[in-house]
Amino acid sequence: MNVVRCDVAIIGSGAGGGTAALALAPLVAAGKRVLVLERGPRFRDGDFTGRELEMAGALYADEGGFLTRDGTMTLAFARGYGGSTLVYTGTSLVAPERVIRGWGVPGIEPEDLARRSRKYMEQNNVQLLEPSLQNDNNRLFAGGAARAGFHPEQFPLNLRGCLGSSLCNLGCPNNAKQGTNRVQLPAAERQGVQVVTRAEVTRIEERRLQVLVSARPPGGKGEEPEWAPGEYLVEAPQVVLAGGVMGTVPLLLSSGLPGLSRRTGEGFTCHPAHILVGEHPAPISNDVGHPKSWFVDRAGEEGFVLETCMYFPFITAKNLTGFGAPHSALMGAFPRLQMILVLACDHAVAGNRITVDKHGAPVVHYTFTPAVIESMVRATRASARIFFAAGALRVHAPSADPPLVEAKEADRLEDRIHARHFLSGRISISAAHLMGGCGMGTGPAHSVTDDRGLVHGHRWLRVADASLFPDSLEINPYLTIMALADRVAEGLLADFERGAP
Amino acid sequence: MPPVMPPPLRNALRPLAITFVPEIAGATAAEWSELERRVTQALVTRPSAMRRQLGLFVRVLEAASRIRYRTGLAALDPGRRIALLETFAGSPLLLFRRGVWGLRTLIMLGWYTQPSVVTALGYRASPAGWGARR
Repeated sequence: MNVVRCDVAIIGSGAGGGTAALALAPLVAAGKRVLVLERGPRFRDGDFTGRELEMAGALYADEGGFLTRDGTMTLAFARGYGGSTLVYTGTSLVAPERVIRGWGVPGIEPEDLARRSRKYMEQNNVQLLEPSLQNDNNRLFAGGAARAGFHPEQFPLNLRGCLGSSLCNLGCPNNAKQGTNRVQLPAAERQGVQVVTRAEVTRIEERRLQVLVSARPPGGKGEEPEWAPGEYLVEAPQVVLAGGVMGTVPLLLSSGLPGLSRRTGEGFTCHPAHILVGEHPAPISNDVGHPKSWFVDRAGEEGFVLETCMYFPFITAKNLTGFGAPHSALMGAFPRLQMILVLACDHAVAGNRITVDKHGAPVVHYTFTPAVIESMVRATRASARIFFAAGALRVHAPSADPPLVEAKEADRLEDRIHARHFLSGRISISAAHLMGGCGMGTGPAHSVTDDRGLVHGHRWLRVADASLFPDSLEINPYLTIMALADRVAEGLLADFERGAP
Repeated sequence: MPPVMPPPLRNALRPLAITFVPEIAGATAAEWSELERRVTQALVTRPSAMRRQLGLFVRVLEAASRIRYRTGLAALDPGRRIALLETFAGSPLLLFRRGVWGLRTLIMLGWYTQPSVVTALGYRASPAGWGARR
């Protein structure tokens, strides 16, 4: 077995790992070795073709079809140099003060997270998309929401040279999104941080990692790994876990570290989401332009957020309830479809958690609580009002039976869209904001990590990704992940200054 | 080693496919062959237990068809096939609802990812973005 020694090993290269890599890069100038181990490949610019099936297979775990244990929800998370920042839309929101105070983690202050978030907004060139680059799908949402009495807001986006391919979720073919693959990781590498791709950490022991480096499969996308394929033992006095909820939590659970909090894996939340469509009488621009420029935030009042979105034909087909002629007719109207993503603000509850199977693979246990179902129903009604206010002829609402709601029924939405029609397993629900499992807090009885991401009882091990969240964030999470990773790295740097490792 | 596509699913694939997505009845031979290939490819990456469950679920559908209509799925008229699948899709049993959802998702994956189908829908997203439209 190959043995590699370094001073800091970071597992994962997404919003958390990429941020930690750059924040810890000054250690290299001080003679330390910082290593990033990324399970997925380093994609090449030409790899991003925008073809749905091909890119889903290359970027997402289980081609984007990872299912919760009871099969009622699909979870999307990516693997590659840049992690899930490869596939997000770049929406950059600062964590609401209300939510961070609600977390109740001593040491975590909203002002501190906001300050760090602003630093990364500047680093990632966050801006509002100019009106001439917004498509009809977004304009109809903003106009419809305002007419329906909501307060639409424009998403700040981390873009540089966006051509409007609309393909963000399949990896930007134009390198316009300023994810960690474009900003933090290249900058860290220029300063001497080493990134090893196709390097899966299979087990973590005290200050040691077992790593399997795989060759690029024949015909596969991406570069060959930086290290020769094979098994490695990485010895690192300090380890930062940043593989995302679906990487960090299963690794901790399957490695069986002594003294790990019994709370590990608990507190999983994910903002369960529906895709809703409204059919307009004439074609609109929907499959060109940035897909997600506007949102309506009703999290504090009604437990949901509405966002513009535009998905690809298969994902759209999968997410429309039902089948047969009505389903086909709606798909046939693709150029006339307006789309809204409904996200429910779920909360950490007993039972919703991550465990591992006998092979160490993650198993996600998730039950839709009555509160989540009611949030999704309210969100669906709100979306229907927005669609109709924007001029839609009919709306596809999963929580309606039949799911097509005609404009003439707009005054009966309370009855047509109802929790009694929310039949899990029949309607498609998906989630991409995976949070929790290593929640922060003050001690191992109620939490897994402290407010600097240190795993209780293990001074050499930190977490720097969304698994730190003790409850859901109620907005798109990447900027908050970066802010928390920044705090984690700061704590580690301070330890080095004190000569701790 | 068992085949990637469970035999009950292979046998019922076409009647199920045209029930879920009626246009598939007019698919060219190349499109149908491509659908089968994509469905098979999707199954390859799934756990064998999931493939077995799908095969078992299609057997249950076949049995239900024979009990309710005294004929198998393939011979059912489209209206009855829809009614049968709707019954399972709205069943109080989660396993049955998931079974229909899984089958329809597989078939939609095999169909709505094909370039000719996507083009026919009018979907025109391009890496060139606005530059391809203006």
